[in-house]
Amino acid sequence: MIVHPLMPMPEITPVKPKIEVRALHAYFGAHRVIRDVSLVIPDRSVYAIIGPSGCGKSTFLRCLNRMHELVPGARAEGEILLDGENLLGAAMNPVRLRRRVGMVFQRPNPFPTMSIFDNVAAGMKLNGLANGDLSGRVERALVRAALWDEVKDRLGASALSLSGGQQQRLCIARALAVEPEVLLMDEPASALDPIATSKVEDLIHDLKARYTIVLVTHNMQQAARASDFTAFFYMGELVEAGPTQQIFQNPREERTEDYVTGKFG
Amino acid sequence: MKTLRARQAVDVGATLACGLMVLLALAPLVSVLWLVISKGVAGLSPGFFVHRAAPPGEAGGGVGPAILGTFTMVAMACLVSLPLGIGAGAFLAERGQSLMGRAVRFTAEVLAGVPSIVVGVVAYAVLVVPLHRFSGLAGAFALSLVMIPPLARASEEFIRLVPGSLREASLALGVPAWRSSLKVVLRTALPGIVTASLLAVARAAGETAPLLFTALNNQYYNLRPDQPTASLTVQIYNFAISPYESWHAQAWTAALVLLLLVGILNLVARLTSRDRLRGAR
Repeated sequence: MIVHPLMPMPEITPVKPKIEVRALHAYFGAHRVIRDVSLVIPDRSVYAIIGPSGCGKSTFLRCLNRMHELVPGARAEGEILLDGENLLGAAMNPVRLRRRVGMVFQRPNPFPTMSIFDNVAAGMKLNGLANGDLSGRVERALVRAALWDEVKDRLGASALSLSGGQQQRLCIARALAVEPEVLLMDEPASALDPIATSKVEDLIHDLKARYTIVLVTHNMQQAARASDFTAFFYMGELVEAGPTQQIFQNPREERTEDYVTGKFG
Repeated sequence: MKTLRARQAVDVGATLACGLMVLLALAPLVSVLWLVISKGVAGLSPGFFVHRAAPPGEAGGGVGPAILGTFTMVAMACLVSLPLGIGAGAFLAERGQSLMGRAVRFTAEVLAGVPSIVVGVVAYAVLVVPLHRFSGLAGAFALSLVMIPPLARASEEFIRLVPGSLREASLALGVPAWRSSLKVVLRTALPGIVTASLLAVARAAGETAPLLFTALNNQYYNLRPDQPTASLTVQIYNFAISPYESWHAQAWTAALVLLLLVGILNLVARLTSRDRLRGAR
């Protein structure tokens, strides 16, 4: 694993935590897939979650917006504090939570029956919040997702008329239009070609000025390029977490080193 | 190893055999079509669609009340069966593995297997006997029972075709589950559900047995749901079992009208489902 020598040092100045995970356990039925994970995700940063297939990284991500519990028999224990408020608590409404914690999936999944405009507006329209400056919000979201210039002349066209990379940025715009604070990305570029991937990575870099981003990725170069912090998961446990440069260049754990240098995984 | 010539001979033989089977399978369909068209087309005229049945021996006459009755009863049946059938389909697609889901599926399968004459008997017992009269309402009730099982089954299939990732996308936007089901999943499956509904309507329009002793028949135009109501199928039956030559001719023409009606519905259903397949990709 070669880390680019010009990769900027992440700021290690004390930052405000956005999400604090404390002793998280997650289950599918009796099967435990996340074991005692504690992690602090700083505000307005990109936090990469890496690890081999089946290590629980996607499950971890889906705990953060409580999508995990939608699978029958799935549950999570422990605490996840979002701005100090336990989002696993009984007082937290998961539907409202998901408007604060947006999500982008592995495969682009635009709504096939809707136009480009309606896809971006879907979060507002489906929630009956389509009052006020809807087209302004749609435009802002598309601009932030770096898609506006490519689609501004055909907002009424079907979302399926876009290329795969454009569809994924459309899905990012759709998530941003709800104005979340946190954006969860589950291998957002794994179904894209290299050019589309680099566009999405540039976008992630731009987005962290406004949003806290948690990025699950299989691709270690991507984690090294795009993130400020990295956590390495293995067999449902958090092996090591820290500034990305440290994880890739100077890991404390041998398992981390073996993984980032490609000895297994 | 067979020689090329031997394999070519097998190929020709198999192709011929398949072609023959296709012809055999098509023969009854074509002969039915041919019979109905050849015997019915002579009586076809604009007046046939609006006039009442002519007395035996008189020329002219038509099946106007029967067409209206079929339309009104099928429409009334739709009011009940579309929400119930599609709702059951949506439930089966989303909660089909639960105890309640298995119970609903079992019930739908049993109901689908009930002979339509039995459905007619049930409607007779439930509506005709207590109200002391044959009525379009009872006919519509019987038709709705015929329509619900295939509607539920087909709706479930079409809703299942909607990728789960779309529901997830909607839920992740903070849309409540019921709204995600309605506005994203059902909306995406809508063209398929329209197809399923049209096929169910076509099926109901062609039913005779559930109407025989529920809606009975009516010589006159009738829009009141509490009165006996004519239908194309029962009208054909009554014409056909009569001893009069002129009514036999009208039965053939009415059969042609029914065939056209059902055929058009099926055609429209096919066209909408073709659009659906295009949209899903």
